[in-house]
Amino acid sequence: MQGTTATSSLKEEVIKRLEHVKDPEIDTVSIVDLGMVEKIEIAGDDVAVVVLPTFLGCPALPIIQQNIEKAIREIPKVGSVEVTFVQHPPWTSERITEKGRESLKEFGIAPPPRYLEEDGSWHVDCPYCTSTYVTMDNIFGPTACRSILYCKGCKNPFEAMKPVSTIM
Amino acid sequence: MNEEKSTTQTEHQEAIISLLLQLADDDFIFSFRGSEWLGLAPHIEEDVASASISQDMMGHAAMFYKLAEGLGLDAADELAHGRAAGERRNSILVERVNGEGSYMGTPTYDWAYAVVRNYFYSQAKKVKIDSLKTSAYAPLAEVATKVNMELYYHLLHWKTWFTQLLSSTDEAKEKMNDAIQAVMADFGDVFSYGEDASRIQEAGLIEEEGVLYQRWVEKMEPVLQSVGVSSEQLSVACTQNGRNKEHTTELESAIATLSEVYRSDLTASW
Repeated sequence: MQGTTATSSLKEEVIKRLEHVKDPEIDTVSIVDLGMVEKIEIAGDDVAVVVLPTFLGCPALPIIQQNIEKAIREIPKVGSVEVTFVQHPPWTSERITEKGRESLKEFGIAPPPRYLEEDGSWHVDCPYCTSTYVTMDNIFGPTACRSILYCKGCKNPFEAMKPVSTIM
Repeated sequence: MNEEKSTTQTEHQEAIISLLLQLADDDFIFSFRGSEWLGLAPHIEEDVASASISQDMMGHAAMFYKLAEGLGLDAADELAHGRAAGERRNSILVERVNGEGSYMGTPTYDWAYAVVRNYFYSQAKKVKIDSLKTSAYAPLAEVATKVNMELYYHLLHWKTWFTQLLSSTDEAKEKMNDAIQAVMADFGDVFSYGEDASRIQEAGLIEEEGVLYQRWVEKMEPVLQSVGVSSEQLSVACTQNGRNKEHTTELESAIATLSEVYRSDLTASW
C-alpha cells in the first residue's frame, strides 16, 4: 500500500517537472500542454517517459529528450530515467490542452483550428488582436509545425500551429 | 496479435528490410535534391516551403532507416550516409540532378522539373503510404499513419504549383510539358519493388505494384485533364531499376557530396 502511494507521488512529481520542460522553439508552452507526453511509467524509483514527436523531422526532439531527462534527474532519490519517442498513437494537434492554446497565443502563435473545412482548408484568428480578417502567407513556416499568416486588422504578421489530423 | 507480428517479422525479415530501404533511400536522396534548391527557389516564401518539405522528407527517411536499424542493420546514420550507390534501392527519378551546374558554382536548375518531379513523386508516395497504413508489419503501418499527416501538406503544395504553372503562359506550359516527359522517362521503377517483389507481396507488407500504379493514374488523370495535358503521358516503361541497385553516376556524385562531412570523421558525435 505504501509502495502505491510512493509511486503515485513520484508520478505527480514527474508531471510537475515536465510542466516546466518547454519546446525550445516555443518557450511559453510545456511539452505536457502540447500533448506530447503519452505515458509516464514508474517502477520503484525508476522513471520511463514515452513521448510523441509533433513532426517526424523536428530537430528539437533530441533537445527535448535531454531537457526531460535533466528535469526528472533533479527529483531527489530518483533512479534511472528513460525517455523514448514513439509514433503510435500519432501526435495530432487536437492533443494541445486549453492552457497550451492560450500559451501559444502569448508567444504570438495562433493555436491550431479546431476543425477543417470539407476541402481541407482552415481558418484561425489573429493571436494579437483576435481579428478574423487574416490571410495565409505560407502554409510552411520557420519550423515544421507552423504556418505564416498576416493580420489585416492590426497589420501584424503572425504564425499558426498547423492542424495535423488522422483524417488528412 | 503480438505472436502474429513476430511471425511476420522473423519469416519475412529480408522482405521487410528491402522495402524499408526502398522507402528510406527514396525520401533521403530526394530530400537531398530538395535541399540543393535552398536559396535558389523562385521566391522567399517558396524557399521556406520547399526547405520545410525537404526537412519533413528527411524525417521520414530517418524513421524508415531507424526501423531497418531495429532489425539488425547498421545505425540509421550509417545507412543514410555510409552506403555506396551500388547498395542503394531508391528509384532513378529521385537521384537525377536538378539541372545543369551546381549550387557551389552557377546552378541553372529547372523549376518546372522540380515542380513536376515533386508533384508526381508526392502523389506516388501518398498512394504507397495509404497502402502501408494496413501493412502486416505493424511498426511500418504506425510510421505510415504519421507520415501521411505531413504528406498531406506536401501534396497540396506541389499540386497547386503544378496546376498554376500549366494554366499560365505558353512558355510555362512548354517547360512544364518538357518536364513531364523527363519525369515520366524515369518513372518506370517508382512503383517497382524490384527482384524482391514476390517476397514483399507474400509478407503482406504493401499492395501489388500494378494496383498502386493504377491507383496513382486514377488520381493523376483528372488533374492532368483539368490543365489540358493528355493522360497518355502517364504510361511507364522500366529500363533501369533502382530497386535492384542499378543507378546512374548522378547518384554517385550526390552521395559523395551529402556524405562528405559524415565521412570526414566517422567517430564524431553530432
